[in-house]
Amino acid sequence: MSDLIDILVSATFWAAVIRIASPLIFATMGELICERAGVLNLGIEGIMVIGAFTGWMAVYQGLPLWGGVAVAMAAGMVFGLLHAVLTVPFGLSQHVVGLGITLLAASASSFCYRLMLPEVTSPPKIEPFQPLDIWFLSDIPFFGPALFSQTALTYAAFAVAIITFWVLFRTPLGLAVRAVGENPAAVEAQGLSVTGLRMGAVIIGSGLMAVGGTFLTLSAFSSFFFEMVNGRGWICIALVVFGAWGPGKAVFGAILFAAFDALQIRMQQTSIGVDIPYQFFLMAPYVLSILALILMSRRAEVPAALMTPYNKGER
Amino acid sequence: MNESQSGARDIVLRLDRITKRFGPLIANDEISMELKRGEVVALLGENGAGKTTLMNILFGHYLADEGSVEVFGQPLAPGNPRAALQAGVGMVHQHFTLADNLSVIDNICLGTEGLFSYRSGRAAAKTKVESLSRDFGLTVDPLAHIGSLTVGERQRVEILKALYRDAKILILDEPTAVLTPQETDALFDTLRKAIARGLTIVFISHKLNEVMAIADRCIVLRHGKVVGEVETAKTDRVALAEMMVGGTVTMPKAEYREAGHPAFSLMSVSVPNNGVAPGLKGVSIDLCSGQILGLAGVSGNGQAAIADLVSGLGFPAVGKIHIESRPVEEWSPRAAINAGIARIPEDRQKTGTIADFNLMENAVLEAYFRPQFSWRGWMNWKSAESFAKSIIQKYDVRCPGPQARIRLLSGGNMQKLILGRVLEHNPNIIIANQPVRGLDVGAIAYVHSQLIAARDAGAAILLVSEDLDEIQSLSDVIHVVFEGRLSPAFKRGSKTAAELGLWMAGHGFADQNHAA
Amino acid sequence: MVLRIKTMRLEPVVNPSLARRLGFPAAALAATIAVASLLAMLAGSNPFATLGLIVKGAAGSRFALLETLNRATPLIFTGLSAAVAFRAKLWNIGAEAQLYAGAIVAVLLGSGAVGWPLVLPLSTALAMLAGALVLLGPVLLKTRLGVDEVVTTLLFNFIMLLTVSWLLEAPLKDPAGMGWPKSWPLIAEARLPRIVSGLRLHWGFGVAVIAAIVVWIIQTRTTLGFEMRAVGQNQHAARYAGMPVNVVLIKTALLSGGLAALAGWSEVAGLKGHLSLDLSPGFGYTGIIVAMLALLHPIGVVFTALFVAGVFVGSDAMSRAANVPTYIADMLLATALLFMVLAILLTKVRIVRK
Repeated sequence: MSDLIDILVSATFWAAVIRIASPLIFATMGELICERAGVLNLGIEGIMVIGAFTGWMAVYQGLPLWGGVAVAMAAGMVFGLLHAVLTVPFGLSQHVVGLGITLLAASASSFCYRLMLPEVTSPPKIEPFQPLDIWFLSDIPFFGPALFSQTALTYAAFAVAIITFWVLFRTPLGLAVRAVGENPAAVEAQGLSVTGLRMGAVIIGSGLMAVGGTFLTLSAFSSFFFEMVNGRGWICIALVVFGAWGPGKAVFGAILFAAFDALQIRMQQTSIGVDIPYQFFLMAPYVLSILALILMSRRAEVPAALMTPYNKGER
Repeated sequence: MNESQSGARDIVLRLDRITKRFGPLIANDEISMELKRGEVVALLGENGAGKTTLMNILFGHYLADEGSVEVFGQPLAPGNPRAALQAGVGMVHQHFTLADNLSVIDNICLGTEGLFSYRSGRAAAKTKVESLSRDFGLTVDPLAHIGSLTVGERQRVEILKALYRDAKILILDEPTAVLTPQETDALFDTLRKAIARGLTIVFISHKLNEVMAIADRCIVLRHGKVVGEVETAKTDRVALAEMMVGGTVTMPKAEYREAGHPAFSLMSVSVPNNGVAPGLKGVSIDLCSGQILGLAGVSGNGQAAIADLVSGLGFPAVGKIHIESRPVEEWSPRAAINAGIARIPEDRQKTGTIADFNLMENAVLEAYFRPQFSWRGWMNWKSAESFAKSIIQKYDVRCPGPQARIRLLSGGNMQKLILGRVLEHNPNIIIANQPVRGLDVGAIAYVHSQLIAARDAGAAILLVSEDLDEIQSLSDVIHVVFEGRLSPAFKRGSKTAAELGLWMAGHGFADQNHAA
Repeated sequence: MVLRIKTMRLEPVVNPSLARRLGFPAAALAATIAVASLLAMLAGSNPFATLGLIVKGAAGSRFALLETLNRATPLIFTGLSAAVAFRAKLWNIGAEAQLYAGAIVAVLLGSGAVGWPLVLPLSTALAMLAGALVLLGPVLLKTRLGVDEVVTTLLFNFIMLLTVSWLLEAPLKDPAGMGWPKSWPLIAEARLPRIVSGLRLHWGFGVAVIAAIVVWIIQTRTTLGFEMRAVGQNQHAARYAGMPVNVVLIKTALLSGGLAALAGWSEVAGLKGHLSLDLSPGFGYTGIIVAMLALLHPIGVVFTALFVAGVFVGSDAMSRAANVPTYIADMLLATALLFMVLAILLTKVRIVRK
């Protein structure tokens, strides 16, 4: 028990929580934007992989770190465009297309990796984002090292969450996005393009997912592995539900989730942990996600037109 | 209205030889018309005559295959609702185009501001909406969520949406279909105020008395063509009806019949509200054999809950269901079918049939488990096919054959298949929920005559309809439902439409409460 | 482009012509081959030579053909699993987890505790039961609480893989494995015999083909099949028509989970003889492609599974000879999936101006 308290009061623990939460926040915001517009994007897992790969490869090829982020985002948006074309104007099953995009993006990453690095046995490392102290904030005891000694990409994740909230709930664009996920006919009758809004949301959302992916290579691990995304995309879908399609609650969910994840890593090394097979600790994130879905199952306010394609003037 | 400004300047809208095809179907065939400033033009026609398609072309939901639209002398960019809105065309759709999760003001402002502004301005918008509400008599709380509004209030929001954008031409598609007679009067007051301000109104309807009351001019469509254009003052309902239908159709007449024994009863049934529709509060109904019981009311007042109870989808939280005076313990759609209840659902496309199944499969959709059609889990498709064939023949279902997918059928033929599949089992109890919605006059007459024949053969029938005319012409007894409560039973002919309308608006119920 | 899309509308084609029904899928196939060629060129290889090597590697010799049939076996099972579930619009993406459940049962029963002749029928039945139970959780969450099954079944895949990882390090560990994470080997009686002695093709393939036929009969001839199709097409109408929708979904799940489990069971009992963490290179996910390419038709699944297996086996062989990464197979199949769903749509609708 004292082990647990020691962990919870240490600043390094909370710094890890924020770090683990960051990629989830990017990708969750991306998924949330898609779903608010009425499109379930199951391409998220693969888009995170392609983001992780392209961002890392761009930096490895000599681009600056932010250049890598931009490349990752662009790659995500390309796959988002493909998803959007198939699911919005053509109205194809969002389940099938999403899974297809995931398979395509993930295999494209593996293919390009092997193509570009045919002989390599262990993936090369790049120089990742370094922790960035913020003025005096980083000197505050406990909170400084926990919250304000993160990489620039982490700060960006929280900025993205705030911007997502502002755009969705305070601007005309966000109003249109929320309306198109609820009743596309309402949007069309007011002279806006359902197709344009939905495609835009999917493309932007996919870009954010890819940035979440590249956080793993450019800020967390500094290298690329095939299995590195490891279900994070699916977890983000669960986080959107857990957050009841609200950015604030989704960020809270991501942090809560990251806390459990960071905790399980540390618990493995404690006296309780050594007796339990490590696999059960590694299961925690997935089990938690399922629990989150169960917890929110009755309460969530699903966008009414989620997964419903809109065929203009359908008779 | 304005005699001094005669001539071409008065023409606000000109449709020129509009043609629209959907595959082999010609929905609009070279339709031309002109609208003058300040007039109310009724666009009359049966279901499927092409009224809504024409207005959807005007508003830019569809692209016309041929023809053009001019608004205030300027050609209107086709296929673009935004262009139509900017030219001053506003449309109140039959199926409201409102986002339930947003407030009234958000729905009204949606699309009126530049999308990429960093914030939305609401204070000025709220003032404008409030003054419009006052000027046009459209009371509604601008901050309320759409989800919490009644049907009548939602329609007001739809009209406000158009007025907020300074619409000069207002299209209303079947606006009275969901209103009480009194709400209809209030709508007409609003429309008269709009005309006084120089708006032009297109009023789509098939209700002739309303058309006579509000329109200056009627344009009648049939099978996608303009078949007549008359000034309202120079015509009458009979002439318009003949023009619409292209001849005379005699609607079946039902004489009053005395009640037999109660075949199906709800005994003080209450159902909790499910968040979307109100529940029921202590509702008691006796469906008696040999009678049609009409359930009138504004949509969304508990009709769905009552229909669900009879169909087996719902179960009373409080109270009992009795069949032939015996209480029912187990209740499900299957139990209702087994109890001999014939169910004609409200939405034949989404509830009554499976679009991509063929006629044969749809014919046995709710009877496949009977020994006639299956044995120990194995389907007997031969028997199903001959059953489907017999329905097709007996009920005159026009179709390529039992193997055709049902989505290819017209609404009338789909309804005939549903009628056939339930009536073939000689039901004692029938629930007909909006049985003629969206059908043309011929099909309406057919469905009504089948219901009357079933009644005369001794069936107990519950007829649910938002159309008061239909209720009054068929029912032996009428109940009005309002906010989950039921009026007393009114015998055929004992109440006028206006009196029933007051009940539909909840007036009689208040007295009941005071009495209680 | 976005501007053009804004004015399009999809209109159903009432009676699609034969040319339409064959032309678009053919075009999808051609487009997939074009993408393959492009990828080969990207890798600096001659596209024709590359495609030729894939075909040769998949079917160019008796060995290659048998390899393809062996690889198709688990894909038929997972393909059937997806086809059964998707037909009822039950999105079971957890075939991977159910596959491992079947594999675990095969190992447990292969320990020698049960002998001939009981062991094989028992392990078949229990493997199906285990797979069914793995899917039962998510489907009960769906029917009772409305929890979306896509995410839960996906997450179960990860949980199951970690469970297997633990099992291989402790309870099922091969004592003679020299630290390598694999299970004890199955006793000979628990192994699936070969169909023709001397040919490296086991009876798992036979069971897979029989399973496809059984599923086809269930879907077309039984009331359960009728209910499954009705629930998949329009759940609301099915409930209104008195069908026990939740029961149908649960039965569908049991069948789907059981079929996926047979994939793992046949891989362990027929091919490998033991369980290891690399038993499935994503057979569960590939089964989705197999099912979609077959338009969810159970007999079609057998043929698309052979095609997909051929692409994998052929690409493996090709990448040993040419410098094109073997991952080209996954890319091709994902591309084929996306092109094919679009092509199938276009056989049914035409794009018109709105």
